[in-house]
Amino acid sequence: MPKIEPRGTESKFWRYAAPVLALLLTGVTSSLIFAAMGRPPGLTVYTFLIAPLLQQDGIQALVVKAAPLIMMGVGLSLAYRANVWNIGTDGQFTLGAICGGGVALACPDVTPWVLFPAMMIAGAIGGMLNGGLVAWLRIRFNANEILTSLMFAYITQYLLVYLVTGPWRDPQGFGFPQTALFSDNALAPRLIADTNVHIGILLAPLIAVALWFMLEKTLLGYRFRVLGQATRAAKFAGFSENRLVWIAMLISGGLAGVAGLLEATGTLGQLTTNLSPGYGFTAIIVAFLGRLNPLAVIPAGLLLALTYLGGDAAQINLGLPNAVTGIFQGILLFYLLGCDLLLLNRIRWIPAR
Amino acid sequence: MPDPTPPGPLLTMTGMTKQYPGCLANDHVSLTVERNQIHALLGENGAGKSTLVKTIYGVVKPDAGEIVWEGRKVAIQNPRHAQRLGIGMVFQHFSLFEALTVTENIALGLASANDRIGLRDRIVRISNEYGLPLDPARMVHDLSVGERQRIEIVRCLLQNPKLLIMDEPTSVLTPSEVQKLFVTLRRLAAEGCSILYISHKLQEVRSLCSHATIMRLGRTVGTCAPAEKSVKELAEIMINMPLNVLAPRPHAARAAPPRLVLDKLTIRSPHYFGSGLENISLSLAGGEILGIAGIAGNGQSELMDALSGEILADRPESVLIDGVAAGHMGPHDRRRLHACFVPEERNGHAAVPTMTLSQNAFLSGFTRQALVRFGTIDTKKTSAFATNIIKRFDVRTTGPNAQARSLSGGNLQKFLVGREILQNPAVLVINQPTWGVDAGAALAIHEAIVALAQAGAAVMIISQDLDEIFALADRIAVIAGGHVSPPIPMRDATIESIGRLMGGRTATLEEMATAR
Repeated sequence: MPKIEPRGTESKFWRYAAPVLALLLTGVTSSLIFAAMGRPPGLTVYTFLIAPLLQQDGIQALVVKAAPLIMMGVGLSLAYRANVWNIGTDGQFTLGAICGGGVALACPDVTPWVLFPAMMIAGAIGGMLNGGLVAWLRIRFNANEILTSLMFAYITQYLLVYLVTGPWRDPQGFGFPQTALFSDNALAPRLIADTNVHIGILLAPLIAVALWFMLEKTLLGYRFRVLGQATRAAKFAGFSENRLVWIAMLISGGLAGVAGLLEATGTLGQLTTNLSPGYGFTAIIVAFLGRLNPLAVIPAGLLLALTYLGGDAAQINLGLPNAVTGIFQGILLFYLLGCDLLLLNRIRWIPAR
Repeated sequence: MPDPTPPGPLLTMTGMTKQYPGCLANDHVSLTVERNQIHALLGENGAGKSTLVKTIYGVVKPDAGEIVWEGRKVAIQNPRHAQRLGIGMVFQHFSLFEALTVTENIALGLASANDRIGLRDRIVRISNEYGLPLDPARMVHDLSVGERQRIEIVRCLLQNPKLLIMDEPTSVLTPSEVQKLFVTLRRLAAEGCSILYISHKLQEVRSLCSHATIMRLGRTVGTCAPAEKSVKELAEIMINMPLNVLAPRPHAARAAPPRLVLDKLTIRSPHYFGSGLENISLSLAGGEILGIAGIAGNGQSELMDALSGEILADRPESVLIDGVAAGHMGPHDRRRLHACFVPEERNGHAAVPTMTLSQNAFLSGFTRQALVRFGTIDTKKTSAFATNIIKRFDVRTTGPNAQARSLSGGNLQKFLVGREILQNPAVLVINQPTWGVDAGAALAIHEAIVALAQAGAAVMIISQDLDEIFALADRIAVIAGGHVSPPIPMRDATIESIGRLMGGRTATLEEMATAR
């Protein structure tokens, strides 16, 4: 019989080994599921995780997908380290795209040197507005941010649906739920001409490094860490919980907003109802896979981006449903949280009596 | 007790061993409790007393060892099993629902619904019989800690126990309540219920207990008749070294100007059942130590938070630090005015258990030690500060990078007191300076407090330990129900007069209960 007993201290080995074990278990479990669906597990895992990288422009596609995930994952790491459970990044992502996209649609002819920065600011403000509302509700009414941020994600999604099927619908769009294409001035600047590789790919790792520095080296980051580990000690030190909740929600919301704007202007070129295939929720997995460490969020973001590409590939080549991506991500999060048990506990086998 | 009593001791334990991760809590411990005996279990914090009694009560499963109860070998499965055998336990922390009445609370602990029939009358009968006055209809949140303890005792007595285990029962009682409790316990023992009495208050043990088993570091180190030993001898067996006592010092003359003044400080408690503070006026001069005595839960933590700035006062002028109105300032600004604080709870309040000693030195030290440069943490300076605390206060640890939770209670407390004292405060407030701290560390902390006062700081110690206040303070005041009595010089104070003040609210309730 297995017996779980506390270690007493946190295991250094499992701190790094737990995510790896979670990945292995995810691979095994999803293979079993594929096998149950009548697909050869080996081929499926290959199609899902390796084939997308070998395709032409596979790496480009991967980094483009990863950029918004990393930006949001970094913001969430910061918030979660302070015990601020922002679950609604998807809404902040969407509102950022709406606000920035709105600027783009309103003045398409302004020079890009002015227009694009203005859109970035609008995108950040959109995400911060959404996140700020959540912070205000928690501070003013003691409303649980897990619930409110999640509810705002749905509200924002419906706001987007309303806009692209109503006032912002492209009159020449044959009735499709989408806005007109953004003008060239409003598109995210490219790093490589004629590809989707936009400045977000550069911005995401820079933001990760900057927030890592903030979290680990500065007084502000220290405040977040103390608040997350011992609320009363934060009070004793004189750190204002309310102020830190505000900052955490504004930073994670703002980064999600910028990510949303870059997604809209970098890959889609317009606003549609399919703006986010659950990127905001995937970012939660990214943050946990990266152990809430902004630097480790970078590889975590790349891996989760791969699951999106793999899902597409599995759909096209093997006829598997699109839900495979969600299943894979869900299993991964499940094992990630489960394997954390090993950080503070060990499992011993006791012979059955 | 109707059943014929078999000969031999009531309870014999041999070779009891319990291993926790990283800590051998009980290492082949033996204990024998005779019938009709009040038996003391002595030892410092962490000696393994609690683990041993939890084994008897079936809360902890031992890894090895034999328990013989009334001549029969038993393996006690759980507390219910222990109760059926006739073992009752009164824990140090009560398990009562504040919003229920006395009867309802007792009914909740009963094994079956049938036991509830006539419960109220049985409570009244037992409480009268044993001098434990209780009104069964009262809500628990209206009751003093002493009265709450009576509920727990009555709850045990309803089961007709043959052994009653009491874990530090007097830490929540006034001196006069302690005397009443002893009368009850002696009577119980005479009627056939043995008592296993856990305490570190040696004077009480000497007057109450006929036998004692002494534990140190998880082992039994001896048995004795406590009355035949002096308090000093008992303490030295407990700590296995000569006991040094604080050298007496001349009491400070009150000529110096006041450094900390409280003027009609009034605070509403943020907790529903917590105490507020009402109209507290005090004045502390430089060089003076003021002791605030009182039973736990009478507003001590609220007073601490109001002084440190975690709770803001109603008016700025109600807290003056060196003449500056600080009532509306947070902890950070109060530290700038040269005030430092040590709250009661080490883990999670005064320190972050999962952070290193360096990071914990930074927690309250960054303001006054200037450990921040351009918004970033000066790790070199922080580490040097932590190393200095470790060296000056003889903190036993692997170094400034050790996690706070890896330290023993005494060592962490030395570190935390050192962190504040090395900041050269003009005003220092400490809540329970040596709570759960071993004798050696307690002496070191006391010496450091005295040295700080002699250097001109105003020191307030809030403590439940009257001996500590009598050893350290120049003046003493008592906190009861959120009120603080006017301080009196130590030479005018007696244990009896302070004890009466500590009872405060309790005495009147007792009178009401007996009058009915």
